Amino acid sequence: MKRQRNRLDVGARIDRSRRLRFHFNGKPYEGFAGDTLASALLANGVRVVARSFKYHRPRGIYSAGMEEPNALVQLGGGASSEPNLRATQVELFDGLEAASVNCWPSVNFDIWAFNDRVSGLLPAGFYYKTFMWPKSFWHSYEKVIRKGAGLGTAPEMPDHNIYEKRHQHCDVLVVGGGPAGISAALAAGRSGARVILADEQAELGGALLGNGERIEAASGVDWAMGARAELDGMDEVRVLSRTTAFGYYDHNYVLMVERVNDHLGAPPGTLRQRLWKIRARQVVLATGSIERPMVFADNDRPGVMLAGAARTYINRFGVKPGNRAVLYGNNDHIHQVALDLADAGVRVEAVVDVRAKAVGEAVAAVRERGIEVMAGHAVGGALGKKRLRGVEVLALNEKGDGFAGDIRRLRCDLLCLSGGWTPTVHLFSQSGGKLDYSENQACFLPGEARQAVSVAGAANGVFALKGCLGEGAAAGRSAAGKLGFREVGAPEALPVAQGEAGALMPVWRLPPVSKGERRFVDLHGDVTVSDIELAAREGYSANEHLKRYTSTGMGPDQGRTGNMHALGILADIRGESIPAVGTTTFRPPYTPVPYGVMAGRDVGVLADPVRMTAMHGWHERSGAVFDDVGQWKRPWYFPRTGEGMAAAVRRECIAARSGVAILDASTLGKIDIQGPDAAKFLNRVYTNSWNKLAVGRCRYGLMLGEDGMVMDDGVTSRLAENHYFMTTTSGGAARVMAWLEDWLQCEWPELKVYLTSVTEQWATLSISGPNARRLLSELAEGVDLEADAFPHMVVRSGKVAGIEARISRVSFTGELGYEVSVATSYGLALWQAFQRVGENYDLTPIGTEALHVLRAEKGYIAVGHDTDGSVTPGDLGMDWIVSKKKDFIGRRSLARADTMRTDRKHFVGLLPETRVPEGAQIVAEYKRRPPMKMIGHVTSCYDSAALGRPIALALIAGGRERIGETVTIPLTLQGRVVKAEITSPVFYDPKGERLNG
Amino acid sequence: MKKNKRYSIFSLARNARNYHENWAAAWRSPEPKPSYDAIIVGGGGHGLATAYYLAKQHGITNVALIEKGPIGLGNTGRNTTVIRSNYLWDESAAIYELSLKLYEGLSQELNYNIMLSQRGLVSLAHSQHDLREIERRVNAIRLNGIDSEMLSMAELKQLIPILNLSPNSRYPVIGASIQRRGGTARHDAIAWGYARAADDRGVDILQHTEVTGFRIQGGRVEGVETTRGFIAAPKVGVAVAGHSSVLADMAGFRLPISSHPLQAMVSEPLKPIFNTVLMSAAVHVYLSQSDRGELVMGAGIDKFNSYAQRGSPPILEDILAATVELFPIFSRVKMMRQWGGIVDVCPDASPIVGKTPVSGLYLNCGWGTGGFKSIPGSGFVFAHTIAQDEPHEIAAPFSLERFSTGALIDEHGASGVAH
Ligand SMILES: Cc1cc2nc3c(=O)[nH]c(=O)nc-3n(C[C@H](O)[C@H](O)[C@H](O)COP(=O)(O)OP(=O)(O)OC[C@H]3O[C@@H](n4cnc5c(N)ncnc54)[C@H](O)[C@@H]3O)c2cc1C
Repeated sequence: MKRQRNRLDVGARIDRSRRLRFHFNGKPYEGFAGDTLASALLANGVRVVARSFKYHRPRGIYSAGMEEPNALVQLGGGASSEPNLRATQVELFDGLEAASVNCWPSVNFDIWAFNDRVSGLLPAGFYYKTFMWPKSFWHSYEKVIRKGAGLGTAPEMPDHNIYEKRHQHCDVLVVGGGPAGISAALAAGRSGARVILADEQAELGGALLGNGERIEAASGVDWAMGARAELDGMDEVRVLSRTTAFGYYDHNYVLMVERVNDHLGAPPGTLRQRLWKIRARQVVLATGSIERPMVFADNDRPGVMLAGAARTYINRFGVKPGNRAVLYGNNDHIHQVALDLADAGVRVEAVVDVRAKAVGEAVAAVRERGIEVMAGHAVGGALGKKRLRGVEVLALNEKGDGFAGDIRRLRCDLLCLSGGWTPTVHLFSQSGGKLDYSENQACFLPGEARQAVSVAGAANGVFALKGCLGEGAAAGRSAAGKLGFREVGAPEALPVAQGEAGALMPVWRLPPVSKGERRFVDLHGDVTVSDIELAAREGYSANEHLKRYTSTGMGPDQGRTGNMHALGILADIRGESIPAVGTTTFRPPYTPVPYGVMAGRDVGVLADPVRMTAMHGWHERSGAVFDDVGQWKRPWYFPRTGEGMAAAVRRECIAARSGVAILDASTLGKIDIQGPDAAKFLNRVYTNSWNKLAVGRCRYGLMLGEDGMVMDDGVTSRLAENHYFMTTTSGGAARVMAWLEDWLQCEWPELKVYLTSVTEQWATLSISGPNARRLLSELAEGVDLEADAFPHMVVRSGKVAGIEARISRVSFTGELGYEVSVATSYGLALWQAFQRVGENYDLTPIGTEALHVLRAEKGYIAVGHDTDGSVTPGDLGMDWIVSKKKDFIGRRSLARADTMRTDRKHFVGLLPETRVPEGAQIVAEYKRRPPMKMIGHVTSCYDSAALGRPIALALIAGGRERIGETVTIPLTLQGRVVKAEITSPVFYDPKGERLNG
Repeated sequence: MKKNKRYSIFSLARNARNYHENWAAAWRSPEPKPSYDAIIVGGGGHGLATAYYLAKQHGITNVALIEKGPIGLGNTGRNTTVIRSNYLWDESAAIYELSLKLYEGLSQELNYNIMLSQRGLVSLAHSQHDLREIERRVNAIRLNGIDSEMLSMAELKQLIPILNLSPNSRYPVIGASIQRRGGTARHDAIAWGYARAADDRGVDILQHTEVTGFRIQGGRVEGVETTRGFIAAPKVGVAVAGHSSVLADMAGFRLPISSHPLQAMVSEPLKPIFNTVLMSAAVHVYLSQSDRGELVMGAGIDKFNSYAQRGSPPILEDILAATVELFPIFSRVKMMRQWGGIVDVCPDASPIVGKTPVSGLYLNCGWGTGGFKSIPGSGFVFAHTIAQDEPHEIAAPFSLERFSTGALIDEHGASGVAH
């Protein structure tokens, strides 16, 4: 293992006593606790860490934070593999394994770098212009293109960690834990408000962690640590480190991801990340700013880095990012960084400043140290390939927009850039806030807010420490104050030494030094100045077109270091101001968010609630095969040992027709309807009339949509004067409930009707068959079951097996049948009681498949099975249930020209030669090959035990007039054709005698 | 020096020699003329395609396409680009299949690579009900002469090895269908390609020009009021998707359309891992992997009405949970970008293409969550409708009158998830 040759001996926020071993691209290295992967790689002198997206150019570490455009890595392997992490954000842990992405075979020798050689053929949008010939070849081209694109690889195994979500309310949410955010949280916290302070880094401090500034007599870092201790001592304050706010939605709803144990390597089975869903009364955004680079030829060479990043590597991580440095920029920061570099023992070759008059305290200090300040100069190009070897510097003309003079070469292995600062206004913009352009500072600043939010510190364009502290405290105080919290005690004024600063001079693009050189604007996407010029030339000069045509800002870094330059260059080309050219809207997420944490616990068996009836355990023990019906698990059939589906269903059907069968009907939707206007309400939602339904009677109803199409059906019973009990289809229950509430609440608020969903409160079993009454009579108490006393479509209360029950005489099988409903907690007991006495009757449990066969034999429709939202009651031959006298939802639609056509598709029976799949299409005229005119389709098809042959139900154009005709069912998937005769849909007991037995 | 207009590998190589400095603008930025033979409002795919086919098929070249912002940034530039023609009803099958056929030759026709990627589109069944619906659709589609197949579980596993096919998952996959000609295309290329080709035939593309009203005399349209003044034309076609009801209101009639946000998102780029388009109505997500390597995902609309192009977070949580359920290996993949568009939804989930109560004013809207795939076909039949003042036979069933006659084309069941 190599020595950490770029590690400084003293200072910084790392723990030199805790050595951590890690592997990068298979090679072992060592770092210290407190390192990021990036700082540890720099400490070890690793220069090339990645390849760029398009040209696969070698790239090094460019920043020290989330804005990193280059250093994407794949972390871990197997179940812990995670693609596309920024090395600058990955906290080092012992045993960490990481690898470069998007290169083959290795980051140092990448075959795909061939793209860089032919880059002339690959300008922005090249793919729109080529790969079109020959026509059929695009597919092959595409395969190659797809291989070349992409960054990291998806994990090969399911995630072995878990995730959770938390909802939290607070008075003041402060996002960003730099000096402004800390001050805001302190001010709000001291006033007693409930405060959450979230920061994405491991420790509070923000810029203070890297820039070495002082507050009072202490270091900025010590001040931050003191503040943290104070905040931790406040009951109503919660500090969330390693927590990124990524989405700001309406009503101050902010989503944040907390990385709970990624920094410990997230061992298997542990909680890795947590999604916080915050509803804040006030939000203070203290999200800081991002340093901008400078743009020149080959500005992407490893060794080129943002000035603030270099400073951070020295001050925070004790790493020397190079040995011989040049600094280049347009503001004072490069001079401040030059001093830090010199202090750390880096040889500073020169500070190249585009400003002809570089003045100010820092500039003077640099000069004093004997470092050359090249004022009014610019870097024209970088030298070297896999590592920076030097820079070419040119004098600028008087206006500062062109070169005047010869090239001077300077040797260096580190080039630090500062082109000013871009406030991090993403969340503010997401919140709906307006952005205003500041000419002085050459950046967008938060303008008018749309929600209860304020912005403080660098995010608000206040870059000096003193201002950040003051503005943060004011924002925190004001946010809490608006909620009625008054700060106790006077806020302390924090003395900060503040030098005089020179103004920044924006330079977005300079002319090329030589033709064809590549000046990168978006490093991640390999977008160059020429690409932007090309896009503008070709008419893609709207900012949003430019973005799409060149893919500027489309990478995982979202163009954080390049977008302002792209905009500046575009404005320059168009000869317009930056605000006229516009900014793009910021959308969530602020930084990429793992799918897993958004899914939370809603995966695997918890993906969706499993609804099980009270009898579910019994069904399982009895070997039922289940089908998913919505969220419900319903027994499909109950095979006996060695029995196949067909045999089981047949046996179940025979039992129902000749003995007695029992079905778990608990999943039917149940809605309790009460109120003086209940009957009126039913009249409006069902097609038939409910005026004359007596207490204790039941009635079948059809519900239509506004389009007149059948939507749901079920039996509703009248339990008392103003009390009804509606049942719906199992799958339609929630939809019907919402539909009814919608009408009640929005359209008919005057109706005195109250709905309660009681699907889960009642367990229902249904028995049917010639022996049903005898079976029930063994268990029922106090209810006269005799046919005359308890006829079809009547409901009674009583006791069954000693349990309070509702018994209704209804049937979906065409046999004598009863439904018994009890409180859900008694459901299993009831079921078991039936099984006990049922032994004497050969009581047979049946599933939904047998039920379907039985109801199909009777020609009863199953909504959603035989109907599909395009079927009217008339189509079903159910005009009898449509009242002519009253209004109901869908009535008007039934009177439309098309719904009154006589050749609509009718619901009919079919006698097919053999069983055909449901969904098979019916043609009038069979042709050897498609297309064929379809006249309908098979909605249901079963082998009927009662009839000893296959039967089917179908929707066929003009079907009722075609009864007796033979139609053809071409089964193109199976390569066969089946003929079928059209019949009435009622195959069994057409007079309904059995039901009334 | 003559600017280069024609695109090919040769012109690209030639231009590389002079640093691509001689490419012509893809379309002009003309000043509006006082009057045109026809105006198309809305510079999304549908409007642009209509303008192109008006010029190409009907020789009507004195056309203005009026767009309030830059072209192609409405739903056309925000959608997840799923293309397919496996629709249930004959009327839908006809228009979507016409569209797919046109897509198949579009790169060559427009001389602009739209990157049509016919990687196959798979629909999953998770219950007996799903399976029945899928089989019904496959049967109908095949009899309409369009490709569609059922997939066995083994075939499915082979096609998408990373799909969760465990029988113990919450909603186990029990079957699937595939339309092999289905796939995706590059959305921007559709807008830009049509714009360039329409411009080439003389169409004036007027960006940053908002229609603020119609001038209507005696029931006839005479032109449009815009932010750049009045522009006259005897025929005006409107294709503004989410804003259709706003424009109809300006013309004095109402539409049975409700506008909703529809969201989508992409992951960070990954190496190729998923090579088809997949949709699941029951687990409620659909996804594909773009040529950049991003996983592109979407699901259903936000239930509330809105004109703001953003949605609410619960939908995202649902989409991502569904994705992780179907693809457990994607749990550590990250969502990178997310956005919303405003979709124009008709009660029967089918579009409106045809005439309006105002003569000379034509309407193309209601494509809702699934109108990217229909851009060429819709533009083709809409141009015909405008040119002939008579609906094209494929467009005829999609008239506005169907909401009074009741001849609805209910594709709710058929489309399953939104796209
Ligand atoms: C997230 C999402 C995913 C989708 N996924 C798919 C998919 O996978 N497959 C699929 O087939 N479809 C999909 N769609 C649907 C598809 O995007 C749309 O149906 C289709 O793009 C509509 O095209 P358009 O040209 O009608 O509308 P748009 O592209 O929205 O264009 C309408 C244009 O009209 C302009 N306009 C509005 N008002 C005015 C005015 N007053 N004056 C001038 N101009 C005006 C707008 O600025 C806009 O540019 C999706 C939609 C969304 C939002």
